[in-house]
This record gives sequence, C-alpha cells and structure tokens, in this order.
Amino acid sequence: MQTYAFDISHLLAGSLVLVSFMMIYQDRLYALLNTFALQAVLLAAAVAWQAFIQGASHLYASAAIALVFKAIIVPWALHRLVQRLGIQREVETVAGVVPTMLAGMGLVALSILLMLELTTTTESALAREDLAFALSVILLGMLMMVTRRNAVSQVVGFMSLENGLILAAAGAEGMPFVVEISVAFSVLIAMIVIGVFLFRIRERFDSVDIEAMEQYRGERRS
Amino acid sequence: MTFDSLSLVLVLPIFAAAMLALIPGYRVGAWINVSASFLTFLSAASLFVVERPAPGSYLHVDDLNIVFIVLNTFVGTTAAFFSASYIGHELETGRVTRATLRFYHAMFQVMMFGMNLALVSNNVGLMWVAVELATLSTVLMVGLYRTHAALEAAWKYFILGSVGIALALFGTILIYMSAQPVLGEGLPSMVWTNLIASAPQLDARMLNVAFVFLIVGYGTKVGLVPFHAWLPDAHAEGPTPISAVLSGLLLNVALYAVLRFKMLMTANAAAVAPGPLMIGLGLLSVVFAAAMLYRRRDVKRLFAYSSIEHMGIIVFAFGMGGPLANFAGLLHMVMHSLTKSAIFFALGSVAQIKGTQQLAEIRGLTQSHPALGWGLVLAILSIAGMPPSGVFMSEFLVVTTSFSRLPLLAVVLVLGLVLAFGALLLRLTGVAFGEPKGQDAPMHGSLLPLWLHLALVLLIGLHMPGPMVAWFRAVAALLG
Repeated sequence: MQTYAFDISHLLAGSLVLVSFMMIYQDRLYALLNTFALQAVLLAAAVAWQAFIQGASHLYASAAIALVFKAIIVPWALHRLVQRLGIQREVETVAGVVPTMLAGMGLVALSILLMLELTTTTESALAREDLAFALSVILLGMLMMVTRRNAVSQVVGFMSLENGLILAAAGAEGMPFVVEISVAFSVLIAMIVIGVFLFRIRERFDSVDIEAMEQYRGERRS
Repeated sequence: MTFDSLSLVLVLPIFAAAMLALIPGYRVGAWINVSASFLTFLSAASLFVVERPAPGSYLHVDDLNIVFIVLNTFVGTTAAFFSASYIGHELETGRVTRATLRFYHAMFQVMMFGMNLALVSNNVGLMWVAVELATLSTVLMVGLYRTHAALEAAWKYFILGSVGIALALFGTILIYMSAQPVLGEGLPSMVWTNLIASAPQLDARMLNVAFVFLIVGYGTKVGLVPFHAWLPDAHAEGPTPISAVLSGLLLNVALYAVLRFKMLMTANAAAVAPGPLMIGLGLLSVVFAAAMLYRRRDVKRLFAYSSIEHMGIIVFAFGMGGPLANFAGLLHMVMHSLTKSAIFFALGSVAQIKGTQQLAEIRGLTQSHPALGWGLVLAILSIAGMPPSGVFMSEFLVVTTSFSRLPLLAVVLVLGLVLAFGALLLRLTGVAFGEPKGQDAPMHGSLLPLWLHLALVLLIGLHMPGPMVAWFRAVAALLG
C-alpha cells in the first residue's frame, strides 16, 4: 500500500511538471488556457490524493477549490476575456521556444538537485520528491512570467506558479493553513482577473500587451 | 473573551472598515477614519502599560513588535488626519468620485488591519496571510485614480508583489518542514515562539534555503534593489496619503518579517549567517538608489528612491547585527518613517497647489507658502541627514559602527550617503527658493501632521528620552 500510494502521488506531481513544460511552448492563448485547466485538474487530483493518504480531510477543500475555481471558473472567464479583447492570435514570446525549454530543463534540474540534497534527513521520500516537483513548477511558472509579454499569459504563468505552491503546501505533512492559503490565493487571482476586466486594461492601454503599457512608464512628460 | 488592548488593535480597524463601507458621506467617512485610527493608536500605546497576554498560537506581543505597532498606528493616524484634509479637494478636481472615496476609506482601515495583524501574529503562516492582505489593499489604493499611469503602477506592483509573496510562502513552507520533525505536525510548528525556542534543533540546511526565499520574497516588499521596480511607480501614482503610508509603514512591516526570520537564523548555530546577504542587499540599495536620485523629474518619484536608499541603510545596519548596529537600525527605521511620511504630507499639499508633481514646475515655495515651504525644507534637510535631526544621529551610529567593524564597506556606504545628500540638496534649492513659479491654487492639506512629525524627529535628535533608549537597547539585544 505504501509504495502504491507513493507511486500515484509521484505520478501526479510529475505530470504537473510535464504540463508546465507544455504551457511553455503553447503559442496560442486558447491552447494555453486549456493546458492551464488541465494542470489545475491534475493539481486537484494530487491534493485530493494527499488528503486521502495523509487522512487529512481539510485538504479535500483545497482540492475542491482547485477543481472548481482554477480548472473551471478562471479558464472560462479568461476565455471570454480573450474573446472580447480579440487577441486570439499568436502569443508573443520574448525568447524562442527552444532556449526557453532549455532554460526550463535547467531550472527543473536545479530544483531537483537542491531539494533532494536538502531533504536527505527527511524520513518520508514522499515529502522530498513532492517538494522537488513543486519547486520545479514554481520556477517554470516564473520562467513563463518573464518570457511572456501578454498580460493574460502572465496571469496564467502566475497561476501555474501558485499551483506549485499549493502542491508544496499539500505535500508538507500536517501543515496548517493550507485551505486558508488556497482561499487567499483564489482571492488574489480573482482580483487579477476582475482587475483586467474592470480596469479595462485594453481600453486604457488599447492592448493587454505589457509592452504597450510600458510606454507610459517612468517620468511623465507634462 | 473580553476585549484587551491586543485584540482592540485588530478589532477596531476591521470594525471601522465595515462601517466605512456602509457610510456614503465622504466627510463623515474621513473623520470616522481618523477617529478609528486614533483609537487604534491609543490601544496600541496602552500595550506598553497593560500586562501582556501570554503568547498564543496566533497572536503575541513582545518588546520588538510593540515598537513597530505603536509606530504603525501613530503614522496611520497622522496619515488619516492628513488624508481627511486633503482628499476632499481631489473630489473637487474630479480625480476621484464619491464612490471611490468610500472605497478608499474602507480600504485604508483594511490595510491598517492587515499591517497590525502581520505585526502581532505569532504564527509564520498567519503573518504571510496578513502581509498579503496589506499588499492587496494597497494595490487597490495605488490604482485609485484610474489613469494610464496609476493603472500601470498598480499592475506592476501587483505582479511583482504577488511573485514576491509567492516566494515568501515557499520559504514559509520550508520553515514548517524544518520544524516539523522537532515540534511535530500541525499548528505548533508554525508558532513563532516555539520556532525560536527550538531554533538550535531545526534542520540548518533547510533553514538556509528557506531564508533565501524569504529574503527575496519579503525583500521585494521592503523595496530592496534589485527587487524594487514596483516601488517608485506605486509611490508616484497613488494618492499622496497612501505614498506616506507605503514608505512609512508598509516597508517596515515587510522589514519586520525579514527581521523575525533573521533572528531564527542567528539562533541556529549551524545555519549560514544571514548578515552578509542583508549587508550586500542593503549596500546595493543605498548606492543604486542614491545614484538614481539625480535624474528624477517627478517629485514623489524622487522621494520614493530616497525610501529605497533608507531601507538599504536599515537593512545594512541589521545585517551587521550586534547591540549598537541593531540600535542604530531601529532608530533609523523610526526616524525614516516619521520624516518620510512628513515629506509626503508636504508634497501632497505642494502637488495640490501647483497642480503638478513635476520638479521643474515647482519653484520658490518658501516665498509663496512660508509654513509649507520651510516645513518641507526642514524635512528634506532631516532626511538628507543634517544635524540636529534624529536621522543624523541614527546615520552617524550606522556609519561609525560600520567603520569599526567593516571599514571597507563603510567607505561604500558613506559614498552612497554623500551622493544622496548632494542630490537632495540640489533639488531642495530649486523647489524651495527662487522666484515662485506656476499655478497657485489654495492649499487644503493640513500642515499639522507635517510639523508634528518634524517636532518629534527634532526632539529625538536633540535629546532621546531615557526610557526610549533603554527600550531600544533591550530590543537591540533581543535581535542578536
């Protein structure tokens, strides 16, 4: 039973990293949102599995939040946003796909080396590998945020980063506040999405392209 | 449960926020905001005298955080007072609507609640949630004017702040994992007083990595170079009372979080010493920000960079550690909060009079508005570190300590200080003296908070009260 439990959680955490890689090379917004929804479903499954093997029922709430909010509501809302803004065309990336993928691999290698080295004294192999995968997802999310210029895909990058955090929190056995943290992050994400809607970034800036916004940066000339 | 002072510090702001959200009139709202802030300040100050509750799983009061709470609620009160006299004019000029003002006042109290909660929390998880709450409410306030620039500043602050806060959470998770084998599963492993008591047994390597994440995460909120990019925009584009609160308070709250974890690192002998990392980041911030002071065109942006510089000095002092440097760091933090918020109060009035924040458009303030102009002159001289202000005293302490401990780095520090001094004096002569120029609208902002802060800074610079010295000494010893 123990190895079985280990294999499944390993599989789920590993697929999160894999989906993070898939997100890096998606160059269309719809495809990116669908891939993100897939990652959220996987996260929900991973957290629910942790809840089951740790016997921690409060984690089911986190899993439910991930499933309902991040796999369904947010992708749907962003879908509508993209449609309304008419930016279904290609996503710009700062660097090409190949260098980004190579950088991503470097980051994953780094986080696995760091975390496995760090946690040699931890008895549970589960927590070790979970943490290594979680850090990989976090770093890949950050990589995505810096390589994308479009505001919507930056938001997706941030949400993917946050998936890694929830994975890490769920993997740390008995950690309190996991549900509260899920809720806090959901509020944060809801605010980002509502912000893009309400502040009408497109209307104000004529584009959700961060580069267009940056023209206003710095000292305004009167 | 009866309401003791500690819970009042938290309950009052949240209650006021709910009330302010329901009250439509902005004038009433502004004064409710002031009175709620003042009552919170009174209950915070009473923490000095009343018997402290035993540390619980969530909240605690000790010698260190009481300094932060009292400072926080005091500047919160003066900022609310300034805002009450200032914000009505923003409505007349059409920069905000009535609905926005109602939202603004409610958010002001939510922000105070977030900051107070972060300061009194005895739980690293709760502290994280509180810092996030304070960040979110300030993001909303920075974007209040809904202009191109304000929205961009808010967006930038939001994205950078969120990434910072996400990294801080990962650091917090690592702290939990290092404590879990020692303190057991669940809540006890996140309680600060437990963590510090059993710090020597925590897994040192885990702590090392955790601290890197924590200092990058919370350091983003402190505004340390190279994570500072959000800070100048957020200060320049938000309403001026919020710039004062950002510089005077929010940076301190993030700094408090860094200090807590620094104490944890110092208490564990096997962990890497946190000092050099903090010294490096602090020094980089001082020199970089001092150089950036020169080519500013926007007056609020100028003082935002000055805030980065001063946070650098403070982090540098705490990084050195030891009783004297910690004392200097604490004193400098208090002095900087008071002086910098005073400057922003003055700038708010200036911007309303001149209708612009452009440095080139502001001339001869001492002639056209003596009380405001000379107040601003004094405040700028203080922040530049001229004697007899308290800032001079604390900077002097930092510099002398670093000369005796790290002479080479002290040279770099002094270079940064001199650079900043030059830049500020250069700007000061332009803004304060010469022929008055530009628009001359009537002044609405109250001058009372400005002069009150200046008087305090001067008083502490001339003669620091004995009990305050004793208290700061005790805290400096606590910080290690």
